[in-house]
Amino acid sequence: MLLQQLINGLTLGGVYAIIALGYTMVYGILELINFAHGEIYMLGAYLGIIFLGIFTSLGLTAANFPLALLLTVLMTVLFCSAYGFTMEKVAYKPLRNAPRLSPLISAIGVSIFLQNYVMLTQGATDKVFPYRYGETHIRFLSVDLTALQAAIIITSALLMTGLHLFQKTRMGKAMRATAQDKTMAALVGINVDTIISMTFIIGAGLAAVAGIMVASYYGIVNYSIGYMAGIKAFTAAVLGGIGSIPGAMLGGILLGLIESIGAAYISSEYKDVYAFIVLLIILLIRPSGILGGYSEEKV
Amino acid sequence: MKGVVQDQARSSRKSIAQRARESAGRSVMLRSFFIAAWAALLFLPFHGIRSALVLFAGIFAGLPVMQSAMRLGGPGEWMQRLPGFRAFTLRSFPFLRTSALPVFLLALFVLPFTLKDYYLDVLVMSGIYMLLALGLNVIVGFTGLLNLGFAAFYAIGAYTYALLNTKFGLGFWPSLPLSAVAATLSGLLLAVPALRLRGDYLAIVTLGFGEILRIVLNNWDSLTNGPNGISGIAPPFLFGISLGSLNFYYYLVLGLVLLSVLIIRRVKSSRVGRAWIAIRENEIAASSVGVNVTRYKLYAFAFGTFWAGIAGALFAAKMRFVSPESFTFMESVFILSMVILGGIGNIYGALAGAFILVLLPEALRDVQMYRMLLLGAGLVLLMIFRPQGILGGRKGVRIRG
Repeated sequence: MLLQQLINGLTLGGVYAIIALGYTMVYGILELINFAHGEIYMLGAYLGIIFLGIFTSLGLTAANFPLALLLTVLMTVLFCSAYGFTMEKVAYKPLRNAPRLSPLISAIGVSIFLQNYVMLTQGATDKVFPYRYGETHIRFLSVDLTALQAAIIITSALLMTGLHLFQKTRMGKAMRATAQDKTMAALVGINVDTIISMTFIIGAGLAAVAGIMVASYYGIVNYSIGYMAGIKAFTAAVLGGIGSIPGAMLGGILLGLIESIGAAYISSEYKDVYAFIVLLIILLIRPSGILGGYSEEKV
Repeated sequence: MKGVVQDQARSSRKSIAQRARESAGRSVMLRSFFIAAWAALLFLPFHGIRSALVLFAGIFAGLPVMQSAMRLGGPGEWMQRLPGFRAFTLRSFPFLRTSALPVFLLALFVLPFTLKDYYLDVLVMSGIYMLLALGLNVIVGFTGLLNLGFAAFYAIGAYTYALLNTKFGLGFWPSLPLSAVAATLSGLLLAVPALRLRGDYLAIVTLGFGEILRIVLNNWDSLTNGPNGISGIAPPFLFGISLGSLNFYYYLVLGLVLLSVLIIRRVKSSRVGRAWIAIRENEIAASSVGVNVTRYKLYAFAFGTFWAGIAGALFAAKMRFVSPESFTFMESVFILSMVILGGIGNIYGALAGAFILVLLPEALRDVQMYRMLLLGAGLVLLMIFRPQGILGGRKGVRIRG
């Protein structure tokens, strides 16, 4: 039972961690809570359904053309990255020198806009993911694990490793430098605008993958899923220490575990409250999170 | 000789200018092509190829026209030129300050005799939102603390009256102050630990508080009847007579809004209000001249949430029904939008913002579906082009933590 819940929590936590990476990367560089990040994840889920539908209508179902799924993921990532990139250029870039909370309000505006845009174009009712896959069960030490769950856990781990390796590349180093000090980074020849755009592109791409994974895991999608997922991923980022990439991974997995264990042993009705309670406790006791360093507020 | 030189200079200048204009024209074409193509691409998955092509054509043709219109004056200047966007305060309406003020008030008092019930109903709702916007304005506008969970205090006010009335049979008049006190106390309860946090973290904590409260209201069936809400709330009584008519609510709300404006105006110019504004402008400077920052922030939270409690009790009494659905995060954003639209920190701005945002969707029935879509886009545009709101004056208010 406990082991089963751990597996469920790990699945959920992997997804949270991937979304949280987008929050933490943007916060690290812009000190902005990108409120609309959850909506990118929601867009990813919808785009997954839309592209799979297009492939199916072309006669390329996942049954006879396994590449369809891969192509869907690829297209979704590309489009979500485009949305993330555009979002930054339109709604955040003009506010880069504005008072701190102006971009936050702008982000809330983007979030409401995207939610209602999807609601108006795709309808307010739940959408069903076109087909189920990965339903073969794997029995492992009295634990029941579907292939899909295993795929989600493995994909999350791969993406996290990938991002970790990316940090070591030239671009990744430039990104870390920008996060430390934008002015200094610009002085040593880093194009800060490009780095910020890259951050949004990578974050949105990760959220897109998370969106498809959740859509296929739960089988249904709604225009409002982005808000709750966004808040939970943000909680995960804060839990691990916002601005810290390993922190986001750790926080996401911890939060997934807390939630599934809480739902199983305390009350499933209050499933969504656990994240908020964790968030409040962390912010009030240790706002810098588990792995976050202490940052002095600049005067 | 001199004239020839001048002529030559003029002609060469002209040709340079012309060349510049030509190349600018070409780059405008190129730019609008890319923008149109990009927008069409983003549009594609949700609308299909045909709509994307229409959008492409529209933007490609429309953008150069818009840009040349913009060149007559930057977007900011255009906005400033619109009469509605002028930086005005009540002082710009001298008639309101002198003899016309009583006339204006009199007009407000006779309004129920001339309006249909439907319009009166809308006015009552906008009055309730005015109280909310005024309260939130104290926290966000005067003190500069972003609160994303203001609907929670509204909910506490509404549920306090609903529960006192349905479980204990307490009437509206004794419940009204109790609702306000309950909201104030919960505001203090949240503020004491939360105020140590910086701006955006504080915003998230208030958001979390609002969500926790809503989920609890939704699931605590034995007390709140869960998502079905509490119905059968009594209207106010006076000397045994039910005052449940719309006209009565109108006067009640009108009276409370006028009272709150008077009180908030006085408080704003008092020592406390000046301390709030000092904190908003520069917290460190304020504390260095002896303002007890934490204490005044607590005052702001208590004073702001007080009005949310009053508004909540009014809402419960008018609707005779409360459910968690009325107090979502969107509601908090809606109230915040009123404050931002009107002009952060401006009392009359909060009134105008509430009035506009309640009336506009009613007036534009056909676009009701697009209400939230437009609200979202409007928030972004407002932050970029007019962060100080419609009544906020030219300089605008900086909101910080």
